[in-house]
Amino acid sequence: MRVKPALLTMAHRLAILAYIAFALFPLFWLLKVAVTPNDLLYSEGIRLWPSRASLEHFDFVLRHSAFPVFFRNSLIVSGSTAVVVTILASLSGYALSRFRFRGKYWLVTLMLLTQMFPLVMLVAPIFKILSPLGLTNSLTGLVIVYTAFNVPFATFLMQSFFDGIPRDLEEAAMIDGATQFVAFRQIILPLTLPGIAATLGFVFTAAWSELLFSLMLISGNEQATFPVGLLSFVSKFSVDFGQMMAAGVLALIPACLFFLLIQRYLVQGLTAGAVKG
Amino acid sequence: MASIDIANIQKSYGVHPVLHDVDLNIRDGEFVVLVGPSGCGKSTLLRMIAGLESVTAGEIRIAGKRVNELAPKDRDIAMVFQSYALYPHMSVAKNMSYSLRLRKTPKERITAVVVGAAAKLGLEPLMERRPRALSGGQRQRVAMGRAIVRQPKAFLFDEPLSNLDARLREQMRAEIKKLHKDLGATSIYVTHDQIEAMTLADRIVAMNAGVVQQVGSPLDLYDRPANLFVAGFIGSPGMNFFEGTYHGGATPLFEIEGGVHIPLDAPAPLPEGAAATLGIRPEHVVLAGHGPQTLLATVDLVEPTGFGIILHLSLGRAGFKAFTNDRSFLTASGTIPVRFPTHQLHFFDGEGRRV
Repeated sequence: MRVKPALLTMAHRLAILAYIAFALFPLFWLLKVAVTPNDLLYSEGIRLWPSRASLEHFDFVLRHSAFPVFFRNSLIVSGSTAVVVTILASLSGYALSRFRFRGKYWLVTLMLLTQMFPLVMLVAPIFKILSPLGLTNSLTGLVIVYTAFNVPFATFLMQSFFDGIPRDLEEAAMIDGATQFVAFRQIILPLTLPGIAATLGFVFTAAWSELLFSLMLISGNEQATFPVGLLSFVSKFSVDFGQMMAAGVLALIPACLFFLLIQRYLVQGLTAGAVKG
Repeated sequence: MASIDIANIQKSYGVHPVLHDVDLNIRDGEFVVLVGPSGCGKSTLLRMIAGLESVTAGEIRIAGKRVNELAPKDRDIAMVFQSYALYPHMSVAKNMSYSLRLRKTPKERITAVVVGAAAKLGLEPLMERRPRALSGGQRQRVAMGRAIVRQPKAFLFDEPLSNLDARLREQMRAEIKKLHKDLGATSIYVTHDQIEAMTLADRIVAMNAGVVQQVGSPLDLYDRPANLFVAGFIGSPGMNFFEGTYHGGATPLFEIEGGVHIPLDAPAPLPEGAAATLGIRPEHVVLAGHGPQTLLATVDLVEPTGFGIILHLSLGRAGFKAFTNDRSFLTASGTIPVRFPTHQLHFFDGEGRRV
């Protein structure tokens, strides 16, 4: 009787462990290749850790490549997108959660519809729109495109958080003497911090790793974001894996830092959204 | 403080009417309780007075001034919610002072008022706590504190005690009554609990299906219910009803199901042969007697409540309840004599109206 639950628990833990190993192994390999000197990369065969680790690739990437520019561009694009999307999504999510208005159903349907198309289909039309406006090959153009694609989902995300906050609270605030907007700002928004953090995190990572549009809309190194920049390590005749992986490791840092900052809210936020009745 | 006048108020959601022509004048300083089963429209009416629901037709006046189009914040009323609706990210002190801070009241005045309210409600040691760290009763007090710091024109209570356990409810009920005595503020209180209505109200407004059934003092409604709904709703255990036919003549009587005759010692204001409903409160059933007025009832069940005993009895096929403080009935069984004093009887016509 007592052995069986113990065995089940063990099997459960082992399964989780296997999943975690499976999920983290590529990251480990990224790091391993990044610290392997070029001369050992092909000569040592497959080993879990090189016999001699070095930071030479990192040094090269930071000092002799255009990577810092890519990194800065990515930071600007992802940061701005995250902030703009979160502001827009809080407002629209609140409206969807609290107000009844004409055409609400169709608005929601339309927003869902935008999520149904493969993005590849939209590359050409988007280019056609942005080009006469001078927004191709510009970070602003990228921010606009990313914002447009992320707002619908972020709106639904924020709406679910607002739905989880009792209406009584803002009604109490309005009776206490607040306008609807003041109630939103002073009572509802502070309570939605977990949701805001989750939305920020979601949009930031989505923009951070976006390749398709930045590849299509940006030409040249000056405005390239880092996913595009990574491709510059692929030349006609060879791929510089060491430098590429080093750049990859560096690119992970902001995403990790960001999640570290918001993780407290994130767990709270995701579960709050999940149990909403 | 102010009077509140509700004139021919109607409310519908789309094509569904929820309030029909409600007319009510609440005097300055009066404590009025809206009571009725859930879905009767009492909360909707309260929310309309607060400005949280629009008015479909009719007029609401606070202190003589029409407020139909006024935003809640401009009506100068305070409301205590069933869920308390305390701001979770603010301390007790901040919760209580929020309305004053919105009105840009000077700091010293805010402190003085909040400290005063806290003292009145026994909240002093809790002022820096967040609502999460409070018990249900304490949260309830904070919600009351938030309402009283403002000295509003009127207090609205939306089932404020229904989330508390029975004991605490009794205690808070008394506190609310005391508070009203102290402040003398016009109050409208919504509840589905008829005990709360009876104990708190200067006047009760009994509602059902969006229609006001009766307005009057608690004892008015108890002693002279205007219809079957009010008679059945007010009082616990509820009034007994017997459907049957009235027979006048020299020895008036009321014939109920199963051919049982309930003798009356005076004629009832009903036409001969009229189908009607006879009502009697359980505590008015006399559990003794002999002579022609006495009936024999079968004892089905004995429920001791400690305070008294509820006897479940039947006459023919008609069941009814009787309440007594006499503990000798704890062992009652078989049949016992009962008598229905005619002056304690209520008669309702075919439409359920009192006659």
